[in-house]
Amino acid sequence: MSDLTELGVAGLRDGIRAGKFSAREVADQFIVKVSKAKALNAFLVETPDHAIAAARAADEAVAKGETLKPLAGVPIGMKDLFCTKGVETTAASHILEGFKPVYESTVSQNLWDAGAGMLGKLNMDQFAMGSSNETSYFGNVISPWRRGGGDNAPLAPGGSSGGSSAAVSAGLCPGATGTDTGGSIRQPAAFTGISGIKPTYGRCSRWGTIAFASSLDQAGPMARDVKDCAILLENMAGFDPKDSTSLNLPVPKWEDGLSADLRGKKIGIPKDYRLDGTPAEILNLWDAGVEWLKDAGAEIVEVSLPHTKYALPAYYIIAPAEASSNLARYDGVRYGLRDLPEGANLQDMYAATRAAGFGDEVKRRILIGTYVLSAGFYDAYFTQASKVRTLIARDFEIAFSQCDLLLTPTAPSAAFALGEKSADPLAMYLNDVFTVPSSLAGLPAMSVPGGLDGAGLPLGLQIIGKPLDEQGVLNAGLAIEQRAGFVARPEAWW
Amino acid sequence: MSESTYRIHGETGEWEVVVGLEVHAQVTSNAKLFSGASTAFGAEPNSQVSLIDAAMPGMLPVPNQECIRQAVRTGMALGAVINKWSRFDRKNYFYADLPQGYQISQLFHPLVGEGSLEISLDEKNPDAEVKTIGIERIHVEQDAGKLMHDQHPTRSYVDLNRAGVALMEIVSKPDMRSPQEAGAYLAKLRSIVRYVGSCDGNMDQGSMRADVNVSVRRPGEEFGTRTETKNVNSVRFVQQVVEIEAKRQVALIESGGKVVQETRLFDPDRGETRSMRSKEDAHDYRYFPDPDLLPLELDDAFLEACRESLPELPDAKRRRYESALGLSAYNAAVLTADADTARWFEALLAESVRVAGKSESELARPAANWLISDLFGALNKLGKDLDSSPVSPVQGAELLALAADGTLSGPLAKQVFEIMLETGESAPKIVEERGLKQTSDTGAIEAVIAEILAKNPNQLEQYRGGKEALFGFFVGQTMKAMQGKANPAVVNELLKKALG
Repeated sequence: MSDLTELGVAGLRDGIRAGKFSAREVADQFIVKVSKAKALNAFLVETPDHAIAAARAADEAVAKGETLKPLAGVPIGMKDLFCTKGVETTAASHILEGFKPVYESTVSQNLWDAGAGMLGKLNMDQFAMGSSNETSYFGNVISPWRRGGGDNAPLAPGGSSGGSSAAVSAGLCPGATGTDTGGSIRQPAAFTGISGIKPTYGRCSRWGTIAFASSLDQAGPMARDVKDCAILLENMAGFDPKDSTSLNLPVPKWEDGLSADLRGKKIGIPKDYRLDGTPAEILNLWDAGVEWLKDAGAEIVEVSLPHTKYALPAYYIIAPAEASSNLARYDGVRYGLRDLPEGANLQDMYAATRAAGFGDEVKRRILIGTYVLSAGFYDAYFTQASKVRTLIARDFEIAFSQCDLLLTPTAPSAAFALGEKSADPLAMYLNDVFTVPSSLAGLPAMSVPGGLDGAGLPLGLQIIGKPLDEQGVLNAGLAIEQRAGFVARPEAWW
Repeated sequence: MSESTYRIHGETGEWEVVVGLEVHAQVTSNAKLFSGASTAFGAEPNSQVSLIDAAMPGMLPVPNQECIRQAVRTGMALGAVINKWSRFDRKNYFYADLPQGYQISQLFHPLVGEGSLEISLDEKNPDAEVKTIGIERIHVEQDAGKLMHDQHPTRSYVDLNRAGVALMEIVSKPDMRSPQEAGAYLAKLRSIVRYVGSCDGNMDQGSMRADVNVSVRRPGEEFGTRTETKNVNSVRFVQQVVEIEAKRQVALIESGGKVVQETRLFDPDRGETRSMRSKEDAHDYRYFPDPDLLPLELDDAFLEACRESLPELPDAKRRRYESALGLSAYNAAVLTADADTARWFEALLAESVRVAGKSESELARPAANWLISDLFGALNKLGKDLDSSPVSPVQGAELLALAADGTLSGPLAKQVFEIMLETGESAPKIVEERGLKQTSDTGAIEAVIAEILAKNPNQLEQYRGGKEALFGFFVGQTMKAMQGKANPAVVNELLKKALG
């Protein structure tokens, strides 16, 4: 039997549909692969039964000659931020250890309704706070990639969707869900040589997704190529009356609309993203990206996003502020961890539970968020940050009056070694410098692999689109994908 | 509007009290503000709790349009500015009855802006002073759950049935100057929300409760430091709190102390307020816009529908009862003070028009008199209210019609009414079956009169000798002999003739 795990979402879907192989064979091969990859620590929970049940349903439909669902028999990985009915959902935290939701998130339900199956719950930075997966309570995910030249230092898979990026790039699943608050889909995708898209804020329902920063959180797919991202996103997105911020718009047929022909499109290159100290390899890749898009027929224009330098500080006020409030519900009263010391009163229980239940990075952000919302500091921090956010959104509006899409690097570096930045939160936060502005503006943005750095590690390019123009973003991504010729895969060492 | 003359007479002179109320009114709605859970009162603990109310991970609030509609209608009834753009904010604090760790409320951009209502210190007196009390704002927010400390010797239990129920917080301006004004304001506000149907006003069930802000000052001087007494749940208690707090503050200041801005609790058993927490250890609520919710934008069609659905309000109704129905100011005030009473009266009037075929203005006065003196008196004795009245508006109208057309005399009508209260039967049936019809049969009455004159020769002699007061005696005897059924006018006429 051939190695079906070499196939992506489209290949598996089409093969099952054409009867080339059964969904059960697909599920079985991926289940084995997942079970053998424990060294990567990508999965927190493995759910072979779920994947097998979906496969069985797909095979029965094939046998009966029924029309197959869009993702019939395609097994995927589910980031542990999505609540899955009856399956432990922890957001990689101790405070939710053992928590089994009695409900299914809208995004995961949409995928199951489309016929997909779940291989397991994917590790991540705790409550999606981190850029390296080192904040997971259950140990960090290790990137399947290694630097060349015998350097076996374990590398970060990026974060917070690091379990997703590692699993997809290691071939443990053809695609996975991610969530992106300030770059948590795009940066790990770039670090591991895969594609990932964060759609326009509101495309994917947030219902049943554990909240980090509500005004920024947005789900999206991570997969091996642009087409697979389009297919998965089509089956994740959609209006949800249970989420007040959900967009009441039909979901476009992004897969059908894919085209690498960019004639007539203007691509903006924001000069403000050319930061001091950016490695030459990143800048060179950016230049190569410009050439690829020109080759696809696009016109290149230089644009300015003058408030870019304020994006990171604003983000690190707004996101922690919302998080400090969103995470208040983890108090030991109703579910999850409860630490009740002898003779403790209610306040003592809160303090003990939250001290034991949250990791350092989560505590740091709760403290920052609490501080910036406090009386006397609110105007200086939160109000100012909200104004900056408006200015950043206006920057994009003005830029998009001159172009259709923006091209930037995804991250300022390739994957770093685990432990390299964990002692310096500011250095870690800087990793989000290119991804945060579009998050603040709620714009669709994706990362596609562009090439390798000198150490043989993947580098990504980011495409940012106008609100609701996921199609434009995907098409530009496809144009780059076709020209970059990125075929590198990590060598299996696990 | 003139200045109130209520004063606290301290040892160093006179003090004026300044009062503002923040009234929490539970919105009448089948479902909570942001979840589909039911709002029924008195259900088993934790039986009315959705995943959202319990703040399970990933759960999101979705505004309930009915709650917004009711708050808008309430604002309109108070002549208030309705803000077409408003927003929800989170008020953050930790408590076991607050599952989310924050209350969704509206601090920065409330749904309803400034309005006002009129109070009269004596509603039933048309000449009583009328005063306008300003409304600062109304915002919509979630209620919290309830802690139960009496279920277990060492543990507390949490009941989340109330968690997430919609409240309107109606904030007055500091315009009240006496306990009576504060009481009248709360009573009027209660009357209005009950008319509008936006709150049932059941203060004993906690559907309406007031935070009472009180300060004292020398008349005409700057406001003093205020205290806030929380969760006061009756008009009488509000009046007590104002009086007690004002006196406490005056005594404190006069003995050299200073009023601290703090939250206090009212203990009705001991008739005192006690400090709950001072400003120093007050929470920092870290309000900020709720990122789970979009701003609330109301369109003209929605506002128009709200306005059209408003009923006639108590002040307008009272004026109409006086001018169009010719009721006395007193009766008009009594009948319009509560929406249920007015509804009952109008049903009675409508039935009366139907049964008697006369106009409202002809029938209104006897109907009002009967309702206020007879029915209210009877219900009072029975310990019932209009909702549980054994006599319906239709039955009342039938009784009034029989009195109006002369079938029943005043005393007979009262007798029939007593029977109606006991049996629930209709007046025509009682009259028919028990033969309680008034008679104007002159022959029968004359025969009885002749008999009575014969039986009472002494009285007859005295009467004829000039003691005319005895006429009443003969009327009484005749009516008694006729078992109250004789038409009093005919009796009078025939007696006068017989007595010569």
